[in-house]
Amino acid sequence: MPQVTLTVNGKQHTVAVEARTLLVELLREKLGLTGTHVGCDTSQCGACVVHVDGVSAKSCTMLAVQAEGTSVLTIEGLAAADGTLHPMQEMFREHHALQCGFCTPGMVLSAIDLVNSHPQGMTEKEIREGLEGNLCRCTGYHNIVKAIDAAQSLMHAK
Amino acid sequence: MYDFTYSKPASLGDAVAALSKDAEAKPLAGGMTYIPVLKQRLAKPSAVVDLSGLGMSGIIIVGGKVKIGAMTTHDTVAKHAGLKAAIPGLAALASGIGDEAVRHRGTIGGSLANNDPAACYPSAVLALGATITTNKRSIAADDFFQGMFTTALEHGEIITEVEFPVPEKAAYEKFKNPASRYAIVGVFVAKFANGARVAVTGASQSGVFRHEGMEKALSANFSPDATKGVTTPADDMNGDIHASAEYRAHLVGVITKRAVAKA
Repeated sequence: MPQVTLTVNGKQHTVAVEARTLLVELLREKLGLTGTHVGCDTSQCGACVVHVDGVSAKSCTMLAVQAEGTSVLTIEGLAAADGTLHPMQEMFREHHALQCGFCTPGMVLSAIDLVNSHPQGMTEKEIREGLEGNLCRCTGYHNIVKAIDAAQSLMHAK
Repeated sequence: MYDFTYSKPASLGDAVAALSKDAEAKPLAGGMTYIPVLKQRLAKPSAVVDLSGLGMSGIIIVGGKVKIGAMTTHDTVAKHAGLKAAIPGLAALASGIGDEAVRHRGTIGGSLANNDPAACYPSAVLALGATITTNKRSIAADDFFQGMFTTALEHGEIITEVEFPVPEKAAYEKFKNPASRYAIVGVFVAKFANGARVAVTGASQSGVFRHEGMEKALSANFSPDATKGVTTPADDMNGDIHASAEYRAHLVGVITKRAVAKA
């Protein structure tokens, strides 16, 4: 069975997986990190978005073996050790940017990537376009967009 | 997903050897199409050969040509400053494929080798008259695409680079499926000194195709009005729950006109 060595939320793991094991299966079933969700399982909904080497990726559409040697960030790795939330998480709470919460981990990881890749800031329209790969079936988009807009100010001010 | 053996060769020669020795082995580029195919058990490869260790990524612009490595991601193509200046329509096309997370992993070589009838890239490669380089040879775009999910590639042949001539003007416009963002109809138009080339994706049962009527009209006069009256037969068009064949045929005219206006 292939072995994959990767860093998840700053901690290195070596895990035996089948070649067909998906990255999201490794995270949820082998490492117990169930914050990353499987929604549609067809690359469309974005509930499974994590960061791989600093950029967003759909972990349901990536083999675990493809993550060999990479650094993966999941929703569990965002808050500081003392429990202080990441500004994006804090703004999601502040703006009530979740209803059922199922899409939230993927939304937050995609949103952080968007803010990081737009150092000049995003307009509301750009935020909405940037979220096209993340679906919220509660249709709670409006508050999500407000939260991201607020968070980008905080993140760029740092 | 059926299980398979996985390897990630460090050289092109090793990758070709791994594929050549096994008729059931398949190459993996970004995986944005092939992994969903595997998940649906639509393919049962014995071995998957990951091409991500081969380099082949990056964009070079020299002497009126744009050379894009096969493993270059859509995100890189979309954001490359030099390409945005040389062929803005090509960068814009890449920025509209899938979504941000998909663009971080999907590659130009993978898209072309797959030749999905609704993929965006084949239209740009065909309309711009690009040349596809493999480990064996160079293939003109006109010879490369051979119908839905079919190309001139042989088993064990790997795309290494795609070379585009820089046109005077070019643009891509698509009418996209709101869920998958695949093109229901996508049209790439390009104006060169010796005439216009127009390629249509998403519409035909035979995959991407050049639109002779539009090329003739636009070669004479490269303006949105020139597309007026140029018809597209519905006979060969795809019809499905998203759009009938007649509707797609109509959209070809509308989308071509918009693409010319944008160029």
